[in-house]
Amino acid sequence: MTEPLLRVRDLKTYFVTEHGRGTARAVDGVSFDLYPGETLGLVGESGCGKTVTSLSILRLIPEPPGHIRPGSFIEFEGRNLLTLASRELRAIRGNQIAMIFQEPMTSLNPVFTVGDQIAEAAIVHQGLSRREARARAIEMLQLVGIPDPAEGVDRYPHQLSGGMCQRVMIAMALVCHPKLLIADEPTTALDVTIQAQILELLARLQAELGMAVMLITHDLGIVAGTADRVVVMYAGEVVEQAPTTDLFARPLHPYTEGLLASVPRIDAPAAGGSGGSGGPRGRLHSISGQVPAATAWPAGCRFHPRCPYAWGRCATEPPPLLDAGGGAPGTHTVRCWLVTEPGRRTARP
Amino acid sequence: MNLGKWLALAAAGAVALLAAAAVRRRAAASAAGRRFLAHPTATPGVFILAFFVTIALAAPFVALDPNSMPGIVDLRDRPPSVLHPLGTDVYSRDVWSRIVYGARISLGIGALATLVAVTVGAGVGAVAGYFRRWVDAALMRLVDVGLSMPRIFLLLMAVALWERVPLAPLVLLIGLTGWFGTSRLVRAEVLSLREREFVAAAQALGAGPARVIFRHVLPNAAAPIIVSAALGIGNVMLLEAGLSFLGIGVPSPAPSWGSLIYDGWQHMAAAPWTSTFPGLAIALVVMALNAVGDALRDALDPRQEGP
Amino acid sequence: MTAWLVRRLAAAMAIVFAVVTITFCVIHLAHGTPFLPGPDQDVDPQVVARLRQQFGLDRPLPAQYVKYLWALLHGELGESFYLRRPVADALADAIPPTVTLAGAALLIDFLLGLACGVYQAVRARRFADIALGNLALFLNAMPTFWLGLVLLLVFGQWLRWFPVAGMRDPVLCPTIAGARCTVDVLWHLALPALTLGLVGAAGTARYQRAAMLEVIDQDFVRTARAKGLGEGRVVLVHTLRNALLPLITLFGLAFPFLLTGAVLVETVFAWPGMGRLSVAAILQRDYPVVVAAALVASAMVTLGNLLADVLYAVADPRIRARSERA
Repeated sequence: MTEPLLRVRDLKTYFVTEHGRGTARAVDGVSFDLYPGETLGLVGESGCGKTVTSLSILRLIPEPPGHIRPGSFIEFEGRNLLTLASRELRAIRGNQIAMIFQEPMTSLNPVFTVGDQIAEAAIVHQGLSRREARARAIEMLQLVGIPDPAEGVDRYPHQLSGGMCQRVMIAMALVCHPKLLIADEPTTALDVTIQAQILELLARLQAELGMAVMLITHDLGIVAGTADRVVVMYAGEVVEQAPTTDLFARPLHPYTEGLLASVPRIDAPAAGGSGGSGGPRGRLHSISGQVPAATAWPAGCRFHPRCPYAWGRCATEPPPLLDAGGGAPGTHTVRCWLVTEPGRRTARP
Repeated sequence: MNLGKWLALAAAGAVALLAAAAVRRRAAASAAGRRFLAHPTATPGVFILAFFVTIALAAPFVALDPNSMPGIVDLRDRPPSVLHPLGTDVYSRDVWSRIVYGARISLGIGALATLVAVTVGAGVGAVAGYFRRWVDAALMRLVDVGLSMPRIFLLLMAVALWERVPLAPLVLLIGLTGWFGTSRLVRAEVLSLREREFVAAAQALGAGPARVIFRHVLPNAAAPIIVSAALGIGNVMLLEAGLSFLGIGVPSPAPSWGSLIYDGWQHMAAAPWTSTFPGLAIALVVMALNAVGDALRDALDPRQEGP
Repeated sequence: MTAWLVRRLAAAMAIVFAVVTITFCVIHLAHGTPFLPGPDQDVDPQVVARLRQQFGLDRPLPAQYVKYLWALLHGELGESFYLRRPVADALADAIPPTVTLAGAALLIDFLLGLACGVYQAVRARRFADIALGNLALFLNAMPTFWLGLVLLLVFGQWLRWFPVAGMRDPVLCPTIAGARCTVDVLWHLALPALTLGLVGAAGTARYQRAAMLEVIDQDFVRTARAKGLGEGRVVLVHTLRNALLPLITLFGLAFPFLLTGAVLVETVFAWPGMGRLSVAAILQRDYPVVVAAALVASAMVTLGNLLADVLYAVADPRIRARSERA
């Protein structure tokens, strides 16, 4: 078994809210591994802490309201990112670990050309001259599929569409051939057809450059198509972690079950039928209740107020991540007491 | 200054504190008020304004009559002491008393001139925003021209026409040279308000333009008007101080704060307090007005983010 | 872009033209004043009539207007009653000192205000920010000429670091000649420029701080950090470059402020510029000078606004695109 490229252990990132509404424990003890060359999907609803997790890796959390708690541990290629000096951290950002964001239109500086912004990373990290860096920028634009790159390199972000901007962001992130690309909801703000193109582009580049990708999304469909392994988050914690095929075939955490059941399926029986995920009357399944506020996570298992199987123990004892078999230990882990008492997994009407 | 005056001064301070506390209580009751109070300088600003208004109104109680100076040569250019808390000037006049009586003039001019400016500005802005098209274009060109000349030059030109400008026309002139900015703000507000349904409703009821503007639109455009007024008073006070300092504003011996600075100018070396304290008074009041104006701006229109 | 520029120029000229018309009306309103005899004077009415005819004050209004415009185009601004020389000459002597003062003040204003605003934004809500912010409020609230008096007292009289009046040493440098006298002028320039510059910087710092804070929260700043750029580069290159646009607006607004300030500050420091000329003229009711000065001031303000608009288009590619399309 190869060594993981990135090891996150017990990451806790808290935010101080104004008007003394308490501390928001956005990420509350998250652990996972990421191996070289693989695609890891980080899945969950808004507010579950997946974006904060990704920002914490590169220490991009704004310090006054937020802070990464001591006791958190993030190791990249054997070095602890959380204790690195600023200069060394900067050498990793954009160079060994790169990140692209959700809103490509606002994530690019409006007063600089796209070429300048791509070249900047090369100049700062690889010491290229301006001419060399510009040539590299044109290369990268070609790589990400921008038509007519020699002209496009002098365009401003406001002259490009959303899809084009995201391609530019990808070019900017990959110019130094990073070992890990963190993609935070890269397609959420784009049209569906463009989404497919961008995902295809990412997959192709990953194969060509041999890098690992951490794909953060709320869309299970994207994960099914692209990820090797999936980490499901809820309420600031990892609730299930498994290889993709395993997760979709055998979802063990009730939240994952609910997420999968919520996806409308074309092959479900029409209204009036039963079975499948269409429900007795063909209505869409939804998980009852709402995501709780990060300032007041429920006691015990954080999902228990919305869980169809919950019993007494769930409200008082928070479950740890338990191994659920499926191969070598740690392949498929679930944070649920049902692992210890599988008999209680009976669906309630 | 005798004991009675000191007590009266303390009383004035207490009145100002009470006023500020009352404002705080009233403000805490509404969301806009709480936004106002969120500014740390808002309440001190209210206190300072209340204090100066109080001592201006109660001038005979807290200060000596500036016109009945003993003229004793010995009292010339005395530094601050218990008897004369801010010192005396070259004519043996108590600086504190002159500042207190001067507050009446400076604050009064500030308020009145701003009233004129805001009224004209709101009127012009509302008409421009309501009628649009050529009325708007013509009025806004006028505003452009007005804004292109520094206010003081307009006033210098006006003063050049008369031998000596009496106080009332001077106040009017200061007001009439300062409405351009307000008109733009009000116009913008009216332009957006006029698309709202209550305007169409009023028009459907047969209300004429004047009625619609004054009874329906303008009351809803109160926010920029009020903020303009608060910030405008400060500008007028600075302008009036400058004019009086040049000798073409409020005529000496009337103790407007600008005149006080002018009077003390020639004796700055011997008695710096005669010019320094009036300037400090102006700075304090204008600071308070700016603080309150900024807080009001946030309170009444939270969309805006100013510096 | 060119079409837009031409339109802007035309608008500016229209404003200047309107101001010219207004000044003409002002002059016409006052045309009787200088020749009205005072209470103690006994002037022969025939002399008065002859003077009026000499100055062309008895012609019909439109004719006078045309004559006025014609004279203006030829650079003639009338004759000063008090100084007994052409107004244009007097102004030509007075404008350079004012421009020097305004230029120096603007430099101090922007350099200090920019540095202060950026520093305050980086240290937002901490002690340095609050302290500087309150200092700026105080500077903004005080009369500019009063600050001048205080600086004059402290640095001119008590510490004797700077001279107390005038533009140059009257004995050593009667006319500008050589480096020695340039230094002398700079020495005299220090306090008045500092007075205007400090008050201006207070306002500039407030705007700059707000602009920086708005930009610093934007997504692209986070992207810059994620690329591994140093904090200095993130602040000074990526953030500041987007926060400079309000500064251009301030540049346009600075002209009226500086010209107003010049009137008062020049009086305090006896600086021989346009402001002091206007004040002296006012006290003598020498209105040709005052009106001409107002006209020049208005032209300068309009020019300043025009420059600001052009700079805006240059600085922000989005505005350039909009003006190209328009």
